[in-house]
Amino acid sequence: MNVIEASGLGKRYGGTWALRECTLAIPAGHVAALVGPNGAGKTTLLNLAVGLAAPSAGAVTVLGGRPPGSPAALDGIAFVAQDTPVYKNLSVADMLHLTRNLNRRFDQAYAETRLSELGIPLRRKAGRLSGGQQAQLALTLALARRPWLLVLDEPVAMLDPVARHDFMALVLTAMVDDGVSVVLSSHVLAELERVADYLILMSRGRVQVAGEVDDLLASHRVLTGPADEADRYAQWPVVHASRAQAQVHLLVRAAADDPVPPGWEAHPVGLEELTLAYLREPGAAALPGPVRGRALPLETGEPSEVTK
Amino acid sequence: MTTLTVPARPAQDADLRPVPWRRMAWVTWRQHRLALAGTATLLGALAAWLWLTGLQLHHAYAAATACHPASSIACIHLINSFNAMDDFLANGGILQAVPVLIGAFVGAPVLARELETGTFRYAWTQGLGRWRWTLAKLVLLAVAVTAAAEAFSVLVSWYFQPYFAAGNQNVSLSEMSPFFPGLFDLRGVAFAAWTLAAFAIGALAGMLTRRVVPAIAATLAVYAGLAFAVAGFLRQHYLTPLVTSNPNVPVSAWIMSQWWTRGGKFAFAGWPPANILQRFCPAGPSGPVGPGGMPKAAGIAECLAQHGGYTQWTSYHPASQFWAFQWIEAGWLLALSVLLIAVTVWLVRRRAA
Repeated sequence: MNVIEASGLGKRYGGTWALRECTLAIPAGHVAALVGPNGAGKTTLLNLAVGLAAPSAGAVTVLGGRPPGSPAALDGIAFVAQDTPVYKNLSVADMLHLTRNLNRRFDQAYAETRLSELGIPLRRKAGRLSGGQQAQLALTLALARRPWLLVLDEPVAMLDPVARHDFMALVLTAMVDDGVSVVLSSHVLAELERVADYLILMSRGRVQVAGEVDDLLASHRVLTGPADEADRYAQWPVVHASRAQAQVHLLVRAAADDPVPPGWEAHPVGLEELTLAYLREPGAAALPGPVRGRALPLETGEPSEVTK
Repeated sequence: MTTLTVPARPAQDADLRPVPWRRMAWVTWRQHRLALAGTATLLGALAAWLWLTGLQLHHAYAAATACHPASSIACIHLINSFNAMDDFLANGGILQAVPVLIGAFVGAPVLARELETGTFRYAWTQGLGRWRWTLAKLVLLAVAVTAAAEAFSVLVSWYFQPYFAAGNQNVSLSEMSPFFPGLFDLRGVAFAAWTLAAFAIGALAGMLTRRVVPAIAATLAVYAGLAFAVAGFLRQHYLTPLVTSNPNVPVSAWIMSQWWTRGGKFAFAGWPPANILQRFCPAGPSGPVGPGGMPKAAGIAECLAQHGGYTQWTSYHPASQFWAFQWIEAGWLLALSVLLIAVTVWLVRRRAA
């Protein structure tokens, strides 16, 4: 089952496309990270998936073919929006009561246990909790709905490192213990390495890379060699090239057993390095299907322009 | 860590029993109890004041009408004291603002606050679904404010009763037409209908402006425009006015127009021109006459009929049409409110869907 499936999905606000020609399928059972710079279309994609916005083009389905916003989709998806909105004038207990009344399932015992573990008093007004506690409350409310899919839009952007860690730990627990699929957007790369096992990179309203983290790491390598030989590797799709004095580092799409030419060294790539490379090259793409790239002259030492 | 038990697969759509509507009662009450309490406080304070001053008014009225002989000094004193009572509320006054205050402060924030603070992203992604959430809230709140307004307007109707008693005029007591613009929409069923309409305007304005303060301002402006247009231009066309040549039109009637005929032909409209008065009733029926002085106007009508052969015609709505007018006004306001609420729900649904 795909928790989110989009084909040719586009969303236009006024004359600007916030998201366009987005085709992807996020399978169930992952913590899928949606990564991209601000304005890349992450929030738009998530809003479309949870039914808060309607597509301008294409189509999106959730939970194995259900239209977003339909009763079954609403029932199975818990969404925590960017600023983790809670009703500031309601007490924590009232927020629980409210969420219980608005949903078919609500695990009150889970929510109360979780909140007491977090040290969040039930009688306090939600507006008087710290930012981290509000985020934890919003996440607890979402998980107590016992969703199949948890959608988190920039969940940790506003949190300090400790709160960020605690938040992600709860997300991971839910995934591991209860099989909740998670789709989260973030521009905090360091957290992702720990939690995400599926990566979707977006830029300028388009999907650039989508795939399981292990597959992506296995299919990319960093080649280091003399700068004047850089164009010998035109047969491999180069995602990003950077030059340091006489040496050049090429992030290429290549399997681990591809032969390395003499005088060159190959290293496996880390998730953060891979992500950064793609984010620096918004034109590069590693989507399913044949994608060719070519190396360009490196005289300037600037990152090369790479086309699909 | 508590373990969740998650069903293996999402329920099929057909198996899915929707979240019961009745749960929205608690949700609506919990989220809007401050607005409802504010409404109750406003209406309660006004009701207490109406009750206290109303008792005095009714006492004064009872004393004035029970006094015999009416021409005695003591009776005239009582009559004057009734006529002088409570100028503040005598023509509706501040009560005119009550429906729009309720509409603006209860209706406008329902959606505007959610959209302004971003909490709609929480509310509209819960299992209930956003159009059901919107419909349930708007209907519950609409029923609550309409019922409160109707209860209040029963008290208002009681308060103003003495002014509308037939025959007040004959004993020199204040008498008003039930169609008097400032009072017509405070009594009967119109007050509740106007409150409902103000609430529906507020809800739609909140959805359109997406901000609380602009939504309240828009509600006040639209409501004021509608109320003035109805009082000034629309209400008089609800029913065809009656036409009479009897110059003694009751003071409770709502006079639309007056014109004169002579020998079956139209002569002039409105007040007789000075040259005709000079010619047929030169002295005038004693003293200054003006459009406001009904007995004198009737005197002129008789004079011109006798001496000039003129007939005065009056088109008017009799006081007996009061309830017909009330139900017509309440009816179309109810239809308008239902339409506005339906449009609001449709906008909420369409906004994403």
